[in-house]
Amino acid sequence: MVSLSFEELALPLLDRLYNFAHWLTQDRVEAEDLVQETFAKALKGFSSFQQGTNFRAWIYRILRNTFLTSRTGLKAAAPVELEEEMLPASNETPESILLERLDQQQVRRALEELPVAYREILLLCEVEEMSYTEISSTLAIPMGTVMSRLSRARRALRELVRGSGRS
Amino acid sequence: MGCEVWAGRLDAYVDGELASVDERALREHLRVCPACAADSLERMQTKRAVQTAGMRFVPDAAFRARIQKNLAAAAPARRRWQWFPALAAIAVAVIVGALFVNSTRGDMREKQLTSELVDLHVATLASANPVDVISTDRHTVKPWFAGRIPFTFNLPELEGTPFVLVGGRVSYLNQASGAELIFRVRQHQISVFIFPERAVEEMRAKETSSHDLSFGVRSWSRNGLRYFVIGDVNADDLNKLSDLMKAVA
Repeated sequence: MVSLSFEELALPLLDRLYNFAHWLTQDRVEAEDLVQETFAKALKGFSSFQQGTNFRAWIYRILRNTFLTSRTGLKAAAPVELEEEMLPASNETPESILLERLDQQQVRRALEELPVAYREILLLCEVEEMSYTEISSTLAIPMGTVMSRLSRARRALRELVRGSGRS
Repeated sequence: MGCEVWAGRLDAYVDGELASVDERALREHLRVCPACAADSLERMQTKRAVQTAGMRFVPDAAFRARIQKNLAAAAPARRRWQWFPALAAIAVAVIVGALFVNSTRGDMREKQLTSELVDLHVATLASANPVDVISTDRHTVKPWFAGRIPFTFNLPELEGTPFVLVGGRVSYLNQASGAELIFRVRQHQISVFIFPERAVEEMRAKETSSHDLSFGVRSWSRNGLRYFVIGDVNADDLNKLSDLMKAVA
């Protein structure tokens, strides 16, 4: 097996990691600091990374953990984690579904307003196009939780979009 | 099947996470159920919208350059330092004997690989859709893999044995694809992984038998393929299934 250097593995992910970091921190300077710290930590811990396993999940996990332990992260993350996973994953009735064109502005605003736990899982799934397995290892949560959190995040997003559409 | 069965799985469908059998069944349902069809269309639209809205921030050139410089600065330093453990290893090798060092390092890599496979086995047990092809018939399971993995293998006749074939799925290890076959014996599930040998160079011994957390593992090589039998069953069952597989390989 050919083993790749840290640079070869990490640099192609720079743009996407930065995008993810910016969404988490909602601030350019903080996002830059976060990515830089992630790269530094990942480089330092690279010897413990097992070649052939999922590098992307590994480095996203470092970025996310770094964010969660930062001041902004601590402020942002706490509330939803508590009420999380207790609710049954209910489904909308067909009647409640409105087929409407989603306005980009509204979706963007809704994403910004979502709690971090929902925002990050939506970004990993839709923007990073990670599989449930990859998300599960990035967020260090079981597959079942990936699915229920994702479904809740989507519902929350739809509600926000609809709310802003009406007002 | 009615809507209530599918409603909870529309997200998985939209995300391409349904097993192929379920996906086909759901497509059938969508053709006849406007409510579910509208629902999944809306989910698809939301997904697309988030995708577009989410890809938004681009690092500026100065920042990118800074990161690249940092990495470039770190790389040669690392390379220089890498000599030290290498030199130390050579010194140790001279004293202790190269053979011993090689074999322990091989053991470690072998252990890592085995626990990765145990993880795969546990992930299959925990998965809502453990198999991609569901069949107890080896004549269905084997052809299903054709074109999905770069080799073929034989499955034993299980009649008269306590083992039942549950199905199979494509599995990945060290970036190579292989087959995972799931068997049941009484209430336990056993995974049999088959990978091309070059994907699992860590396994040096011709045959191994080990335990990782309460999972028994048997492994052997035949005709360029490496087999792993993993399950939380007794040694006897593991050996029996291994022997059955070996007999047809």
